[in-house]
Amino acid sequence: MTTKHGAKREFSLTVNGEPKTVRAYPMERLLDVLRQDLGLTGTKEGCGEGECGACSVLMDGALVDSCLIPVAQAEGARVVTIEGVARDARFRALREAFLECGGAQCGICTPGMILAAAHLLEKKPKPTLAEIREGLSGNLCRCTGYIQIFEAVAEAARRSAAS
Amino acid sequence: MKPDRIVGTATPRKEGRDKVTGRARYIDDLSFPHMLYGATVRSRIPRGKIKKINFGPGIAWSEYVVVSAKDIPGKNCIALIENDQPCLADGAVNHPEEPILLLAHPDRHALPKAVAAVWIEYEALPAVFTIEESERKSEIIWGADNTFKSFLIEKGDVDGVWAKADYIVEGEYFTGAQEQLYIETNGMIAAFDAERGVTVWGSLQCPYYVHKALGALFGLPETKVRVVQTETGGAFGGKEEYPSMIAGHAALLAMKSGQPVKIIYDRAEDMAATTKRHPSRTRHRTAVSKDGKILGGEIEFAIDGGAYLTLSPVVLSRGTIHAGGPYYWPSVRIRTNAVATNAPPHGAFRGFGAPQSLFAIERHMDRIARAVGLSPAEIRRRNFLKPGQTTTTGQIVREPIDLGKLMDRALQVADYDAKRQRFAKENLSGGRKKGMGIAAFLHGAGFTGSGERYLSSVVGVEGRADGGVRVLVSSTEIGQGTNTVLCQIAAEALGLPYEDVTIAQPDTSDVPNSGPTVASRTTMVVGKLVASAALGLKQTLVRAGMLGEICSAEEFRAACRKYVAAHGEFRSLARYEQPEGIFWDDQKYRGEAYAAFAWAVYVAEVTVDLTTYGVSVDDFVAVQEVGRVMNPVLARGQIAGGVAQGIGFALYEKVEWRDGRMQNSQMTNYIMPTSADVPPIRVYFEELGNEHGAFGAKGIGELPMDGPAPAIVNAIEDALGIPFDKVPLLPEDIFEAINAHPEIVHSPAGAR
Amino acid sequence: MRSDPAEYELVAPASLQAAVTLLAENPTWLPIAGGTDVMVQFAAGTLAARKLLSIWNLPELRRIEAQPDELRIGAGCTYTDLRGHEVVAREFPLLARAASWTGGIANQNRGTLGGNIVNASPAADSLPAPLVYEAELILVSARGERRVAYREFHTDYKKMNLAADELIRAICVPRRFVGYVHYARKVGARNAQAISKVCIAALGRIEKAEIKDVRIALGSVAPTPIRLVETERALIGKRLDPRVMALARKAATAETRPIDDIRSTARYRAAVVSNLVGEFLERLGAAATGHE
Repeated sequence: MTTKHGAKREFSLTVNGEPKTVRAYPMERLLDVLRQDLGLTGTKEGCGEGECGACSVLMDGALVDSCLIPVAQAEGARVVTIEGVARDARFRALREAFLECGGAQCGICTPGMILAAAHLLEKKPKPTLAEIREGLSGNLCRCTGYIQIFEAVAEAARRSAAS
Repeated sequence: MKPDRIVGTATPRKEGRDKVTGRARYIDDLSFPHMLYGATVRSRIPRGKIKKINFGPGIAWSEYVVVSAKDIPGKNCIALIENDQPCLADGAVNHPEEPILLLAHPDRHALPKAVAAVWIEYEALPAVFTIEESERKSEIIWGADNTFKSFLIEKGDVDGVWAKADYIVEGEYFTGAQEQLYIETNGMIAAFDAERGVTVWGSLQCPYYVHKALGALFGLPETKVRVVQTETGGAFGGKEEYPSMIAGHAALLAMKSGQPVKIIYDRAEDMAATTKRHPSRTRHRTAVSKDGKILGGEIEFAIDGGAYLTLSPVVLSRGTIHAGGPYYWPSVRIRTNAVATNAPPHGAFRGFGAPQSLFAIERHMDRIARAVGLSPAEIRRRNFLKPGQTTTTGQIVREPIDLGKLMDRALQVADYDAKRQRFAKENLSGGRKKGMGIAAFLHGAGFTGSGERYLSSVVGVEGRADGGVRVLVSSTEIGQGTNTVLCQIAAEALGLPYEDVTIAQPDTSDVPNSGPTVASRTTMVVGKLVASAALGLKQTLVRAGMLGEICSAEEFRAACRKYVAAHGEFRSLARYEQPEGIFWDDQKYRGEAYAAFAWAVYVAEVTVDLTTYGVSVDDFVAVQEVGRVMNPVLARGQIAGGVAQGIGFALYEKVEWRDGRMQNSQMTNYIMPTSADVPPIRVYFEELGNEHGAFGAKGIGELPMDGPAPAIVNAIEDALGIPFDKVPLLPEDIFEAINAHPEIVHSPAGAR
Repeated sequence: MRSDPAEYELVAPASLQAAVTLLAENPTWLPIAGGTDVMVQFAAGTLAARKLLSIWNLPELRRIEAQPDELRIGAGCTYTDLRGHEVVAREFPLLARAASWTGGIANQNRGTLGGNIVNASPAADSLPAPLVYEAELILVSARGERRVAYREFHTDYKKMNLAADELIRAICVPRRFVGYVHYARKVGARNAQAISKVCIAALGRIEKAEIKDVRIALGSVAPTPIRLVETERALIGKRLDPRVMALARKAATAETRPIDDIRSTARYRAAVVSNLVGEFLERLGAAATGHE
């Protein structure tokens, strides 16, 4: 009864290093394609309006909110989610620091927060506190008050520099 | 206190690795075969009668499952304290967003347009939106007189103090609604079949609250209802009572369709339709001697409960008991009311009435200080409760708490005196004014009075085939560290490594009722029962002759394996017993209100920018006595997180109401602090122990919510010389006040 | 998420040429670049358009060309692109600064200057800067290209000098503001991820205590971003003294039309406008006397 304009199409993208093809409506959100079509539920929806960052992923190396990206615009893109970061030895120090410093409480913001931290550390391996605050300013956390997250990121930077 | 082997150390979060790798599964990450999605059709008016429900054009209605109040097999209510809140409105609505119909469909995307296509004809009735309107009683919207609950506390001879007073200080203080804003919205999946009854999985704090509510809704016995908590992405009280509603909805759709049903709220629905912190109004009238001692006073405290009773009596109770703050009142009369308005019912949010009444007394102490001519620190020092003195309910302070020393520590760490001296000079010129503010407070942990006895919590510890043990509680992990701390306790009690202890997913078919995860009770009360149950498990092995009283971890594991091989998995249960000497009079509201109080002094440093009228918190010091720090990383995390929420409560989080409905129900327009907004939060602990708490612990989860708002508003008054008596306090409010009093702000003398 | 993706179509041409051809044939299709506004409407269920044309990442739109006289910023450049460009950072710091406070890093990686211009939110905090930098827009369609002064682009609330078949190709800013005092400030509800309550971008040049040139633009105080033409006129050629500053502040408040809305009040905005203009003029004065 409702007018349907679109048809599903095939979109090809690389997700966590693996080529994937999905059949989806072009306006499906990348967030939903990742979670439903690809079963990668680590990326979360917190607001659907690009404010909370729980849906953060890397797209062609840039931190983005996947709830704001139509899958058609991810055609040909290289996407990295928390599942990819979790397997990446380069971010082991970040994961361990989050665990030791109390960077995760309820954990719902944590995947997005770790993506944002990973993105920051790639661009600024020795970030100041001000740079850490800025790098994470698009990721809301309601549990920690951010303090132990800042410490986790700083600790991760220290350990990576030392190794 | 020096750490034990595990208790007191920074033991890693039990489920932490799953959380940092994205493996943790929250309710919207789960999917069942043949699952439908559900959605709710809600009232668009604050109060009225439902005349007609129309299913509009453009929707293939035959594809949808539709549930109304008529489909409810048991009682149409969300069973809690009273049963006045319907699960689905039946003929009448009492608040915007009140649920009326439920829809389900296999395609999640087919629901919003269907919800939008239902249009309902109402006969509107006059509605009430504020405490004042409700008190006027020109429109009765609940019960006989709009009053959910009242309390009266009387101590000493209040009426006699006025004549003796050198000063009589009055003040009126307001706090607004606050949205819990957990980053994971409410969600449930429900399944129903005739044999097993109702099963729900979801984001929740209190499995047995949901269990009880579903039993009443479906008219089913306890054995035919099962509630399972999934990994929960934040709650803060917002998932204490509300989950019973969404669970009931999902279960009704599951019953009607014969298929599992998932309901996940989007952010706008969650914000507009679910509970918020109760708005409050407090009036103080205090008799003070010329040397700044409180002689007595009257306190009137009112909270707005929204349209149904839900938990308002208990929020009122806690607000009432905390209304006097950490001070000695020789006499006091505290009159309190929870009243009804036509807004979605207000509910539990960290602090639960105490942040509201403590905001008032801590602002009022600064007001008293100015009237008497003493500093904010000195007025507090002269009135702090001392060991041996009684609280407003007549509870004797039995521990050697020295609040003056606690405050000294906070002031010293905050560099309070030196900074205020510097600010006094710097504020004379320039476009920024700086100030410091103090808040001193207490927070009672556990249920009030005989509440814990009534709960009669039961905890289990199970011996497993591999020789390890599993903790069995209905207490939930919601980020605060339940899993970790309870496993630390069991490990400590049994001399086992932390890795040998696991904790069961809270599933009412598997775990006993250890009470709700609220009231800062989990570590203190439930933790103590975990230790008992663990020791009980050990005693079973000792009595079976398989273990000596003194044993190594290896010996314990071997004995456990042996016992399980012989008898199967075994459990030890421990039930709460009220300690001796805890006396509470529920009628007069007198006696031992709480088994333990934690104590705190917080100090805020702020800058007010006269160009933008914005306030930034530049530094925040939080000093608290907590009995025992069970895990320093988790404890610090609780304080820092609570302080950040308190900063939001003070400066950012305003609910914009229109006709009982939240207008700014998006994260864009409801403002919580980002990483760019929090100050350094410096956290310090002191430990006096607690005979009633596990390993000496007191509850700390809610404590940090009480201090930031009054400390910040006190600091703003220090900076500007203008008193503010409400939160949230926005730049627009500061502008209006400065505009009305330009002489105060720009004069050299100020109000110092 | 309140929209059904099945009801929408989105095509993603590979070149600007293909995009304008499609738009000429289908002028009702909605162009979408980074999606930071369109997708929020989509999620809220309030997006009226059902057919969208993606212009994200078109190479012709996503380059910054430094010519001797002007900097040509492709309309598809993201805020991150702007922040990272050496000439933008050095000669057009107000653009770089506005880019840094448009949402968090994730929003900056997707939001585009062109998209924000066409979305024309009165509160867009990156629009006052091109107003004071005397930007010119290059508009492109299948019919060719034309240039429009940015000052004449926004005609009313969400109405602009843009035909249905046109896209913004580039934002051109003349390279003649080196040596000016540049001032910008955003006033929002919090330090990051905030919609402006008031935002200002201003430029000034002072010689021997006389104001030679001044440009002031504001957002969130009118249906479109505006230049304070009267206030500028009242300042040019004057000596900067307390009386002139007070007059300028009054003129600024008089030129704006702030409203009460869900984020703030008209009275607050009016007061902050006056304060921000005052703060800018103080900076201008301090620069002249070397007391910056």
